[in-house]
Amino acid sequence: MYDDRDSVSRTIDWLTVLLFAICVIAGWLNIFAAVYDPEAKQNIFSMSLNSGRQLLWIGCAVFIILVILLLDYKFYEFFAYIIYGVVLIALIGVLALARDVNGAKSWFEIGSIRIQPSEFAKFATALALAKYMGRVGVRFDQLRTQITCAILLGVPALLILIQNDTGSTMVFSAFILVLYREGLTPWVLILGAFAIFVFVLALIVPQLYLVLGIAAVGLIVIGLTPKKTFKNIALVLAGCLLIAGVAIGVDKIVNDVMLPHQRARIMVLFDPMVDLHGVGWQVIQSKIAIGSGGLAGKGFLEGTQTKLNYVPEQSTDFIFCTIGEEHGWIGSLIIISLFIGLFCRIIYLAERQKDRFARIYGYSVASIIFIHFFVNIGMAIGLLPVIGIPLPFFSYGGSSLWSFTILLFIFLKLDAHRNQMTARY
Amino acid sequence: MREGRQYVVMGIFIAVGVVFLIRLFFLQVVDTSYRSAAENNAILKVTQYPTRGQIYDRKGKLIVINAPVYDIMMIPKKVKIEDTLAFCRVMGLTRSGFDSLFRVARASKAYSRVKPYPFLKQVSNVDFARIQGALVDYPGFYATARTIRSYPKKVMANTLGYIGEISKKKLEAPGQTYYKQGDYVGISGIESSYEEELRGKRGVRYVLVDVKGVEKGSFKSGQMDTSAVSGEALTSSIDIDLQQYAETLMMNKVGSVVAIEPSTGEILTMVSSPTYDPNMLTGREFPINFGPLQKDPLIPLYNRPIQAVYRPGSIFKLVQSLVGLQQGSLTTTAHLPDVGPMGCHHHSGAHNGLHNAIQFSCNVYFYQAFRQYIYHKETGNTFKDSERGLMRWRDAISKFGFGRTLGIDLPNEKRGFVPDTSFFNRVYGKGSWKFSNWYSMAIGEGELGVVPLQMANLAAIIANRGYYYTPHLIKGVGKEGKIDSKYTTRNYVGVESDKFQVVVDAMADVVRAGTARLAIIDSITVCGKTGTSENKKGKDHSVFICFAPKDNPKIAVAVYVENAGFGGVIAAPIASLIMEKYIKGEVNKKRKPLEKSLIEKSFMPELPKPTSIVVSKKDTTIVKKEMKVVKKDTVVKQAEEPVLVREIKSNR
Repeated sequence: MYDDRDSVSRTIDWLTVLLFAICVIAGWLNIFAAVYDPEAKQNIFSMSLNSGRQLLWIGCAVFIILVILLLDYKFYEFFAYIIYGVVLIALIGVLALARDVNGAKSWFEIGSIRIQPSEFAKFATALALAKYMGRVGVRFDQLRTQITCAILLGVPALLILIQNDTGSTMVFSAFILVLYREGLTPWVLILGAFAIFVFVLALIVPQLYLVLGIAAVGLIVIGLTPKKTFKNIALVLAGCLLIAGVAIGVDKIVNDVMLPHQRARIMVLFDPMVDLHGVGWQVIQSKIAIGSGGLAGKGFLEGTQTKLNYVPEQSTDFIFCTIGEEHGWIGSLIIISLFIGLFCRIIYLAERQKDRFARIYGYSVASIIFIHFFVNIGMAIGLLPVIGIPLPFFSYGGSSLWSFTILLFIFLKLDAHRNQMTARY
Repeated sequence: MREGRQYVVMGIFIAVGVVFLIRLFFLQVVDTSYRSAAENNAILKVTQYPTRGQIYDRKGKLIVINAPVYDIMMIPKKVKIEDTLAFCRVMGLTRSGFDSLFRVARASKAYSRVKPYPFLKQVSNVDFARIQGALVDYPGFYATARTIRSYPKKVMANTLGYIGEISKKKLEAPGQTYYKQGDYVGISGIESSYEEELRGKRGVRYVLVDVKGVEKGSFKSGQMDTSAVSGEALTSSIDIDLQQYAETLMMNKVGSVVAIEPSTGEILTMVSSPTYDPNMLTGREFPINFGPLQKDPLIPLYNRPIQAVYRPGSIFKLVQSLVGLQQGSLTTTAHLPDVGPMGCHHHSGAHNGLHNAIQFSCNVYFYQAFRQYIYHKETGNTFKDSERGLMRWRDAISKFGFGRTLGIDLPNEKRGFVPDTSFFNRVYGKGSWKFSNWYSMAIGEGELGVVPLQMANLAAIIANRGYYYTPHLIKGVGKEGKIDSKYTTRNYVGVESDKFQVVVDAMADVVRAGTARLAIIDSITVCGKTGTSENKKGKDHSVFICFAPKDNPKIAVAVYVENAGFGGVIAAPIASLIMEKYIKGEVNKKRKPLEKSLIEKSFMPELPKPTSIVVSKKDTTIVKKEMKVVKKDTVVKQAEEPVLVREIKSNR
């Protein structure tokens, strides 16, 4: 046996820690750039600025990391359900107690400190899922397992949806990747991608053309089918009907069921002029800011488009605008590579675990961070609808920084002790 | 087979990254329309500066106004000057001044060929009248109006204070979020203490501009704009005519005058001499004049009424009488032994009680009175009794405002000095000093230090028979005329009002038949007390405090004239003329010769030969040494030709 504390510093994956640190520091500098007012003399450390406060949050995050690393690695698995239960209670509590902030009831307010339980639901759910699926004898091809997983993931997702926090709910779709790794049929991924495709088509192509198009494609497929048996033709027709149904359904949902602000967020994706003074404005400004960065960018603090506080999410959800504007395509390349590198590293680490609990948790970490990255940058560059979701480690805010830190470092702690864990399958 | 799925997952991650990078490549590198959109679509934050509040005197006359000045702006790219000499003539520039202006402009950080740059700042109304007509002939130049402070009466410089660009220290002070670099703020005087009321509230306008800086309309149809709110007007308690009169009387003298309306605590006049013309520190004048004013050996930037600490002199006998009467260690009739370390130079042996002692300012009487005050209810140990007596006395006179700041609405008020036991412990060692070490405070000498404002306040306390309102210069802020409640609260000094009778009567006799007969005013009973404050450096200072009329007083005055000798000769008549002017509206013809002789009297100290300060400067408009020192001459000499800029130095 060797000293526990000593072992962490020797066995922790320093490459991941380095990637994490680069992200956090780059994020902090960009937060300063986003709030920087060239007219005023400002100090990056000033507590009246977001950058100064972010530094405080970073300090807290370092403290959290130390606590995580000092706790026994068995703690996380042992307490996984309890943590999950506590977070569920908090999610219910926030519905009862929280005040409406911008239409969402997702913040606990204790004095001047605001805590968002949905941020902590991410790692709690990941722990619970990993613990359940890591059990000896749990096989994903059993219906019972599938239903249990659906409940484990569905309950927090539903509670967050009731809070009117669409962005955080969407994050739970990240677990599809985890389940896929553990045996979920690839059809779910393919169907999902296809559904998104149809969804987009339904929104940009008028309904009549879409139906005619589907019919045309159906006829071509039938024409090309080598064996024109009744069964094959019926299958193609049924598929076409299903697609047409989905397309019409999407149209109906968007126009009749969705609330105006949700509809606006989706419609501006295709035509920003739809909502010029609201979300559309953000999308246009965001694209102009990033687009004006050029290849090499305008330079640190030299941006002109992201310098005024007229977009409220300048340093939170739209932080990527500042990166794109001031550091150009090269800066974007570096940041995106940094993230992809981090994801692949986590997957690599997850695969080397002997213990299923640690592996599943690792996949959850990579997927959750990935989905944030995907939605946030996709939104900033106009590929995805405007959904309020932070860019991990970059966006301003204590709750989100801490939640990603906790998420990642629990995994690094587990990884550091991988040799002490016994394989259970 | 499932192990292979890790590559699918990684593949998805990488695919998304690649899609993003391709999208970004088109957005940022291939498609240049976003770049031009950014150029055509910059949002300019235009600050709307509020006008600073103006200041009125107690009769509604404007004493601080905002005068229009003009910045001549240029857009370098559009500038076309065909005849440089003609241009210089119009603009009031020398040829070298013209060149240096351009040199500085190009070196400036804010300089851009396409953006407006302030070519000439703060051109006065007169100069602008000449420039305006010709401006159309020079493309690339235009004028914007703004305002600077202006003082039509040219008086009360130190009290009004001045404004200037915000200091780095203040800009970076913690919690400071309002000011931005280059903002003007009140730096001293009323301008500083009422900065928040005077400054108003900045507004902001967001406009869309293209790359050439041309406005293309308001942003979000003006939803986010805020309009500027003008600063509040202030109503001062100063009587500007009286102020001007008092400054005239104090010409060629070093010292101060403070006049207070006892029934309100409003300051009617506050003179610090030597002074300067407040217009010297506005706009373009500031950089020329500030340095010389600051280096002047007579320190005209020093506000003597609240900052100059003097020994109170014999005037302090009034305080000694009052606290003694209140404590019971002194009675109005008791005759005190005519022995002590001080003689009595005013009268011979006729010690007829307190009244007489005040009237003739008897030193030995007050030595005995102070001794009895300190040793009141003695225990036998003179060291212990001295300690307790000192602290008791210190508390009593602190209620009169001595040894602490009164709380006037001006920055940098000095508290004067009243020693405590720890002070003497430091000087003599603990337990080894007693009354005999500091008895000279009995007659207002020794360690004591007061500022003129405290002495004027003393006159107001006696005039009110026992209370005062905190002296203040602003009697109303804004339309509603509100002021801080501390200026409308009576402060009692802990001496019962019937104790004041003997002191007031004696003060009346000081003027009627005592040491200050020059203060007599026809048909008005004046109460006063002279003082001659010793000072180590030179001749005694002449001091006088007074109030009038005796019953229902309208005005209380304190006058300090440095190095002018006995109080009854200089300070008393100055105070008297000020009171007469205030109460009657004008000075009786009979006293005109007195007035004239006082104005002509000079008590300016011998100065060491003015060194490098003024003489070496050929370039400035300041020629005469006296011009900053003596009130009358503080008119900045006009250059023969209207030359605005000869040569300027870069700040960087």
